[in-house]
Amino acid sequence: MSSPSKTLPAWIDVGLIPLINITFAFIVSGLVIFIIGEDPIEAVKLLVYGAFGNDYNLGYTLYYTTNFIFTGLAVAVAFHASLFNIGGEGQAYIGGLGVGLLCLALDQYVPLWVILPLAIIVSGLFGAAWAYIPAYLQAYRGSHIVITTIMFNFIAYSLINYILTNVLIEPGSGSPESRDLLETAHIPTFQDAFGWFGIKIEYTPLNLSILLALISSVFVWLFLWHTRWGYAVRMLGFNNNAANYSGINTRRVIVGTMCLSGALASFVGINEIMGVHHRLIMDFPAGYGYTGIAVALMGRNHPIGIVIASLLFGALYQGGTELSFEISTIQKEMVLTIQGFVILFCGALAYMARPTIERFFFALTPKNQTVAAE
Amino acid sequence: MKKLFQTAAASIIALTAAAAHAEEIKPAVVFDMGGKFDKSFNEGVYNGVEKFSKETGIKYREFEVTNPSQREQAIRKMAQRGADPIVGVGFAQGPAIEKVAKEYPNIRFTIIDSVVDLPNVQSVVFKEHEGSFLVGVLAAMASENHKVGFIGGMDIPLIRKFACGYAQGAKFANANAEVYSNMTGTTPSAWNDPSKGSELAKSQFDKGADVIFAAAGGTGIGVYQAAKDSGKLAIGVDSNQNHIQPGTMLTSMTKGVDVAAYNAFKSAMEGTWKPGLHALGLAENGVDWALDDNNKSLITDAMKAKVKAAREGIVSGAISVHDFTSDNSCPAL
Amino acid sequence: MSIKSITTGQSDAVGEQSAPPPAIELKAISKSFGLVKANHNVDLKVLPGTIHGIIGENGAGKSTLMSILYGFYEADSGDIFIHGHKKTIHSSRDAISFGIGMVHQHFMLVETFTVLENVMLGAEGGTLLNESSKTAREELIKLSKEYSLSVDPDALTGDLPVGLQQRVEILKALYRGAEILILDEPTGVLTPQETDQLFKILDILRSRGVSIILITHKLQEIMAITDRVSVMRAGTMVSERETVATSKNELAELMVGRKVLLEVDKTDANPAEILLEATDLTHEEGGVVLLDSVSLNLRAGEIVGIAGVSGNGQTQLLAALSGICPLQKGSIQIGDVKITPKAHYSPKEFRDIGVGHVPEDRHRMGMVNAFAARETAIMGFHEDPAFNGKILMDQKAIEENCTRLMHDYDVRPEDPSLKSANFSGGNQQKLVLAREMDRNPKVLLVGQPTRGVDIGAIEFIHKNLIKMRDAGSAILIVSVELEEIMSLSDRILVMFEGRIVGEVSGKDANAQQLGLLMGNAGNQKADLPPDEKNKDISNRKNDHSEEVAV
Repeated sequence: MSSPSKTLPAWIDVGLIPLINITFAFIVSGLVIFIIGEDPIEAVKLLVYGAFGNDYNLGYTLYYTTNFIFTGLAVAVAFHASLFNIGGEGQAYIGGLGVGLLCLALDQYVPLWVILPLAIIVSGLFGAAWAYIPAYLQAYRGSHIVITTIMFNFIAYSLINYILTNVLIEPGSGSPESRDLLETAHIPTFQDAFGWFGIKIEYTPLNLSILLALISSVFVWLFLWHTRWGYAVRMLGFNNNAANYSGINTRRVIVGTMCLSGALASFVGINEIMGVHHRLIMDFPAGYGYTGIAVALMGRNHPIGIVIASLLFGALYQGGTELSFEISTIQKEMVLTIQGFVILFCGALAYMARPTIERFFFALTPKNQTVAAE
Repeated sequence: MKKLFQTAAASIIALTAAAAHAEEIKPAVVFDMGGKFDKSFNEGVYNGVEKFSKETGIKYREFEVTNPSQREQAIRKMAQRGADPIVGVGFAQGPAIEKVAKEYPNIRFTIIDSVVDLPNVQSVVFKEHEGSFLVGVLAAMASENHKVGFIGGMDIPLIRKFACGYAQGAKFANANAEVYSNMTGTTPSAWNDPSKGSELAKSQFDKGADVIFAAAGGTGIGVYQAAKDSGKLAIGVDSNQNHIQPGTMLTSMTKGVDVAAYNAFKSAMEGTWKPGLHALGLAENGVDWALDDNNKSLITDAMKAKVKAAREGIVSGAISVHDFTSDNSCPAL
Repeated sequence: MSIKSITTGQSDAVGEQSAPPPAIELKAISKSFGLVKANHNVDLKVLPGTIHGIIGENGAGKSTLMSILYGFYEADSGDIFIHGHKKTIHSSRDAISFGIGMVHQHFMLVETFTVLENVMLGAEGGTLLNESSKTAREELIKLSKEYSLSVDPDALTGDLPVGLQQRVEILKALYRGAEILILDEPTGVLTPQETDQLFKILDILRSRGVSIILITHKLQEIMAITDRVSVMRAGTMVSERETVATSKNELAELMVGRKVLLEVDKTDANPAEILLEATDLTHEEGGVVLLDSVSLNLRAGEIVGIAGVSGNGQTQLLAALSGICPLQKGSIQIGDVKITPKAHYSPKEFRDIGVGHVPEDRHRMGMVNAFAARETAIMGFHEDPAFNGKILMDQKAIEENCTRLMHDYDVRPEDPSLKSANFSGGNQQKLVLAREMDRNPKVLLVGQPTRGVDIGAIEFIHKNLIKMRDAGSAILIVSVELEEIMSLSDRILVMFEGRIVGEVSGKDANAQQLGLLMGNAGNQKADLPPDEKNKDISNRKNDHSEEVAV
């Protein structure tokens, strides 16, 4: 059977099609906004302004982007080995626990430049350890990783809840939170960083963790496409038998990939604990781990795509927040609905428009490009 | 530092009486994760501010946060827009209120369920242990087996505070009473898991308990249903829930969240808003037990008398109810 | 639903198409998948009561054409006429209603159903199964008699040998009223004896007026059974011939578009020292014995062929000899190294001691479709220092390696960045062979050297295998193509149910003898009637009614 080898130019595949999908999503969202009696055009304007309009809005957008890059990369790395890591949420949570514990232990004694590298390592180790167990169970015991990682999210939640309510809580406090971290464990915000150069900007949670996110993206790119380990990961993902045939220890690759994935997700903890909240709190992953799945899907599991998709999701989160501030009838459920449409059209239905565009494209291109069928 | 406030405790109930000239206010409320329809705390606040809005015709701004960093963002946003007063809901908003209140010293903030020590912040907390004590007394007296149960929602210190007050009340009424305590879970879903609530209730009934106090949000509905099915008694929480299963609901421990939210707006409008700690216990009518047509047949005169005595003891200080969160331990459980 | 009684008597169908209109006529059928034109202006005429062969290389468009006829795809343009009437076929349901039946390469049978249930499936004709199953049983028995296709209606389908399963497929089509039967590569899974029986059945069907389209890439089958043959190449119908008026060589040339050498040109082998010796290999999985005490040795300078119907342990043998599957029992001696269940060697370590392996199924194992060619070209060697810097891989070295292999082994297009999936089957196979042969392994294991490979590339691959042999390597070939085994091998081992049941010298081998060994005749399974076992195969021709009624 001739398998149609579809080769659309890259600009259509990664540029035009996502754009069309987003447009679809906004049209449908606009329809819903129209139904509840608001002006869709105004809503889109507010959303875009709310996401990019000024340094304050942009700061929040990029703060979300930071988290999504981490969790998106985590999902993507695992996905390249054909593993579906739903556990980013829990890995981020446990990573944050590691960061929190480290900072609580050291912030009175050493400066930031000592704490930060250690925090990155400890966070990574905690996240990796949390991913290791489901990975081990998948590789050596055949328990399905989707199930186990989901379960581990709950376990992470319970564990941190226990630690916060019983161990780290300040005596006399009703809130399950640790004490505040000292300045030595605060990652400078962009407000601080710009301040060094005498530029004043509004405070936002955006902090230098975003650099870690960008470095991680480059790292993932190099790892996957320019190292022998990445080669093994991708081969395993594409074709398990081929990996076996090539002498790759597939179990070890599964475990290693998941650990890397967990470490990437855990860096959400760096951003949240050291960059924003400056104490260990409940709920800080706030679903970023799950959204990472959509981010990776939309970014085609490629670091560049993930950075772009993260920015889009960051914009949706922040723009959506502003939208519900400005228009009181648009509440968080409506914002969620819009986000849902974007995920639906860009993720789940990503290929919906493809055949049409393909037909359209080939109808416009010269006929002599026939390729020999396999 | 919180002890400083103990003395400054003022009753907002009293404040509402004084009706000075009304001023133009632009009130705002920031609900916490869980949303304003969480059948619990946020919803209580929502009911209070809605009531205010209906009575006065004054619209209020609102926002429901969906992740932790939005708390500060939303509160600051409200402040930037000139909202005043701003009500924050839940202990998790404490740090955010603290930070923003410093930036906007001329705006009035009310935080419900947490304490923020600033001249422009009003902190409203409830002495749930006192209310729980009273329903604990009722439960122990209504129990034939001398065994009573407690089912909490998510396992957090606040809920243990409920459990601890309840257990003390039960032992106060009947020194031999046994108290079973279970938490539904450790995640927010524990607030809304009626089937789990029903399971836990049944297992406590199997162990011999015949009255169960559920402080578990939507999960409680399952507990009440299980109590009705087994012909046992249940106690509601937060608002008067006696109407849910009349005849099964022994009583409800009410918590004036709605009143607190209402009063924050109302007092600001009337110019009587005061910063500082408002710890609302029995003395301030911030917590209470509910008696209405639905449950009056279940409450005997002996019970009424005993509760009355307990209440007076607590208000006068003769009975001291241990607060779990003061040292994170409970002598009665 | 009933079978129309078709007038018997084999019409002299190969003549002019004057009186009856063609059973099937396709006019200017075109179908594209994206840029790929799978069918381009294809015309086909199948006369009633004939067997019409369609031959062509993989990817020539045969399967696409038949899928259009059977309603899996709709043609972009072109018309379909059935018995002279223009028809539109949207689905296989339409096709069936027009009297078209199809027997797929991979059977569409539910193994846990009985024969009767399988035949009825999708044509139950009512909600109550009891009633219709009674009529179906009668119908089935009638059909079996009419076409001499006897098979036990109550046998569990999964228990039947492949040949009989195929018969169930044919019955299924006839039960649905098929007068036109499409068989897609029907002999791929059959032993030579089963193939003979199938052809006898086709002969009977033809004599009862059924029109048959036989799709195959095996020239000898075309010559053996068809009346006419159409040749496809690269999506177009290049030619049509009367079978009696053509030859294998001409058809091969038409298929490929140039002259090809069908015979392998080789000298006698000079086997030297033993390079690999396997002793008593046994492997069991889930209670099924896949390898049963297999012992063999491979000498330098010889090609050893493993013949056998697929699924008789060849796959497991290759997996054991290449380290893909750890040994359970037995040992393998390669040079100084002895591999036992306790001393396991990974596939990488096998490579390190000089064992190359071209897997049977390149898509499943030998390559990664989504990889660029240069990535496929380093599979198994990706940790080689030649391709790696300290941390990052040396992309330049990888690229150069691939370019060189492509050049040396004539892989086209010579583009290391092209996705592996986008090469034709032959070029993919050449790339895999290049990768494995380029390291000059002492021992080379080759599974299905030319599966899915076009004739032109077959010639090239065979030549290179011989060249390697002559250079002193030991080569083991596993193939389901008996002809290939016979023409390449210096020594032939026959596998049956995980055992080696016979050894024949390459020069002395003939298909008949190998076929018997492959079916393990003389040690038949009990479900064949006793008289069948001893029958002289060459005498079977005239005796349909009994023969086929196995």
